[in-house]
Amino acid sequence: MLSRTADNLYWLSRYVERAEYLARILDATQRLSALPLAYVGTSNEWESAVATAGCATAFFKLYDEANETNVTDFLAFSTANSSSIRSCFEVARGNARAVRTALTVEMWDAINGTWLELKRYGNGPTSREEFSRFLRWVQESSLRFDGSAYRTMLRNDAYWFSRLGVYIERADNTARILDVKYHLLLPKNERVGGALDYFQWAAILRSVSALTAYHWVYRESLQPWLVADLLILRDEMPRSLASCYEAIVRNLDSIAGAYGRQGPAQRQARGIRTRLQNIRMDGIFQRGLHEFIGEFIVENNRLGALITEQFLT
Amino acid sequence: MIAAFDEMKEQNGSVRPAYGELTRWLDEMPPDVLDYRRREAELIFRRIGITFAVYGEGEAQERLIPFDVIPRIMSGTEWRLLEKGLTQRVNALNAFIKDIYGAREVLRAGIVPDDLVFRNPAFRPEMSGQDVPHDIYVHVAGIDIVRVDAETFYVLEDNARTPSGVSYMLENREIMMRLFPELFSRHRIAPVENYPDELLATLKSVAPSSASRDPNVVLLTPGVFNSAYYEHSFLADKLGVELVEGRDLFVKDEIVYMRTTQGPRRVDVVYRRIDDDFLDPLTFRPDSVLGVPGIMSAYVAGNVTLANAVGTGIADDKAVYSFTPAIVKFYLGEEPLLKTVPTWRCREEEHLAFVLDHLHELVVKEVHGSGGYGMLIGPATSKVGIEQFRAKLKTSPKNFIAQPTLALSTCPTCVEQGVAPRHVDLRPFVLTGRDRVRIVPGGLTRVALKEGSLVVNSSQGGGTKDTWVLDG
Repeated sequence: MLSRTADNLYWLSRYVERAEYLARILDATQRLSALPLAYVGTSNEWESAVATAGCATAFFKLYDEANETNVTDFLAFSTANSSSIRSCFEVARGNARAVRTALTVEMWDAINGTWLELKRYGNGPTSREEFSRFLRWVQESSLRFDGSAYRTMLRNDAYWFSRLGVYIERADNTARILDVKYHLLLPKNERVGGALDYFQWAAILRSVSALTAYHWVYRESLQPWLVADLLILRDEMPRSLASCYEAIVRNLDSIAGAYGRQGPAQRQARGIRTRLQNIRMDGIFQRGLHEFIGEFIVENNRLGALITEQFLT
Repeated sequence: MIAAFDEMKEQNGSVRPAYGELTRWLDEMPPDVLDYRRREAELIFRRIGITFAVYGEGEAQERLIPFDVIPRIMSGTEWRLLEKGLTQRVNALNAFIKDIYGAREVLRAGIVPDDLVFRNPAFRPEMSGQDVPHDIYVHVAGIDIVRVDAETFYVLEDNARTPSGVSYMLENREIMMRLFPELFSRHRIAPVENYPDELLATLKSVAPSSASRDPNVVLLTPGVFNSAYYEHSFLADKLGVELVEGRDLFVKDEIVYMRTTQGPRRVDVVYRRIDDDFLDPLTFRPDSVLGVPGIMSAYVAGNVTLANAVGTGIADDKAVYSFTPAIVKFYLGEEPLLKTVPTWRCREEEHLAFVLDHLHELVVKEVHGSGGYGMLIGPATSKVGIEQFRAKLKTSPKNFIAQPTLALSTCPTCVEQGVAPRHVDLRPFVLTGRDRVRIVPGGLTRVALKEGSLVVNSSQGGGTKDTWVLDG
């Protein structure tokens, strides 16, 4: 297939995935900020939301402080933010339009319908209820797009590239949450916060839609090191780093199989997966959770660059 | 207002046979059903994203072309007449272009004046003495036809460069079948859905001889910002070929390749929907970022087929148009089956004088204009408007031609006040391959939605209709 087509499909999926992630962050932050201060400590949740979204630098160029109004606007509706939910959907739809022939009707319908409906939300919600509805709608739109892709696309390179976009973005998002919140997830003997952090852990899980999953996997109340374990190493957790890399390797292998050759992208992906397979949580804590996550983000980005180089240009 | 031929009703009010079933059906139907279906059609169109961009309107970047749910119907007899005329015309245009870039017999015989060719911006000196695969230049032509009475069809304009609109022909039919299945069960209508297959067969038939047995065909688009982008992607999809932009292609050792996820792949036929000017920055406009540097060298070397060929604009120029009856006779030795509108070429002094005296009754068009921009329709223009146009015409008469205002036929159309006659034209698409000419029955009917208006262009408030060719 055309390199440009593959590139568009890859980024289309990344942007839709990112929009959903932003909606989850905003949803979790809204819940946290609604709790009495005594439950969440004194940290500024809105500031941390901007950091988790990975756009703190851009944000503080425009604003002096982070509060509900400017953060929701910046992350959800701003056209000045190239990664706001609105911008994500606009870019995604632009990409979709550029490669319409590579999409199924259902996928086009999903993304074009989302884009049309986005206009209804104008420049922002008028009330909290409406904003909550908006966030739900964003998640549903992403689910619909993802579901359409999953259920209607031919299993060929177009599908594999679009899946790669999803998983690389997803791995990056999960890693970012961990990167910002790592200090809340230290092992038993290093813990400082105490019960105060309970709602923070819940918020982390919520932003990767894993709160219920946690209880099913561990069958105990929230423990910070288990939250880290769930998000990093558990294969059965679809947003964990390990599970994302399982999928990345699988899709890159399918591409290699169809094209009859392996390349640097395949080797890099397998390298990262092997590291995730061979390490345990206490090992990660020993090396430092923050360092581990930092390295992961760099390696994940490197894989993105290798994919671009090998296939998309 | 001009009394026009009505496609549905005779002058005495009786309904023509082709419209009999439709009329009965319209009469049976409660009036709000039509309105309801019309809104449904619009929703579907918006949902699939069949939009076009209007140049010069920042706001409305993506607009819908209004779709009228009442079909335009032709009998099989009428169509066969038209089909013959179209085939004849396109054969003559192909022969003309081959001659212009080859032996130039038509010029030596004095049929067409030299300077009309050599000083024409659409003339491509690069093509002189250049062979094209299988001697075919115009692989896809859109011939604009208007009808003035039962037997008389005029060619209003030939489009021999990159004619568009065929996606509307196909989508209009799809929508109609979805919205009015009961109407289709009451008629036998020639299908149009095989157009993409015919187009692909045509394109493959003209691949260069050095191509592999299954030639690689691509559709070259200027990109998403082009007004016809929807059509480009739609067609690529139906043809099952890659939709490429200039940056997806490159030329090495006079061979065209496309960049794929598996490395370079050779391209044999480029169905290009990009103008000559932008095709190759090394040969034509150096500032073009839409084209493919070096593609002309591959073309000249005979390693790639461009459809349509470079330089076909010489045949659809509005000044050359006035010579087409003579062109048909010269190459084919036949009388033209389709009429040509009498045309005054303002470049000639006598013609100009006549035109200046009769502006209020003529249509004046720019020689190289398209899309209905910059034209004057005398009878529909105010005195002030005419005077302004007169000034423009006097400063550059060469750029204009004038024609009598034709009474375009009318067809019943849904308007605010119910169903009323509106003027229509027809653009059938004529495909020319190595083996034969293919025309899918029908074409794109465009309708001027404003009462009395004769301008059917979508950029000027025109709409479209499904076009039916019936049995018998």
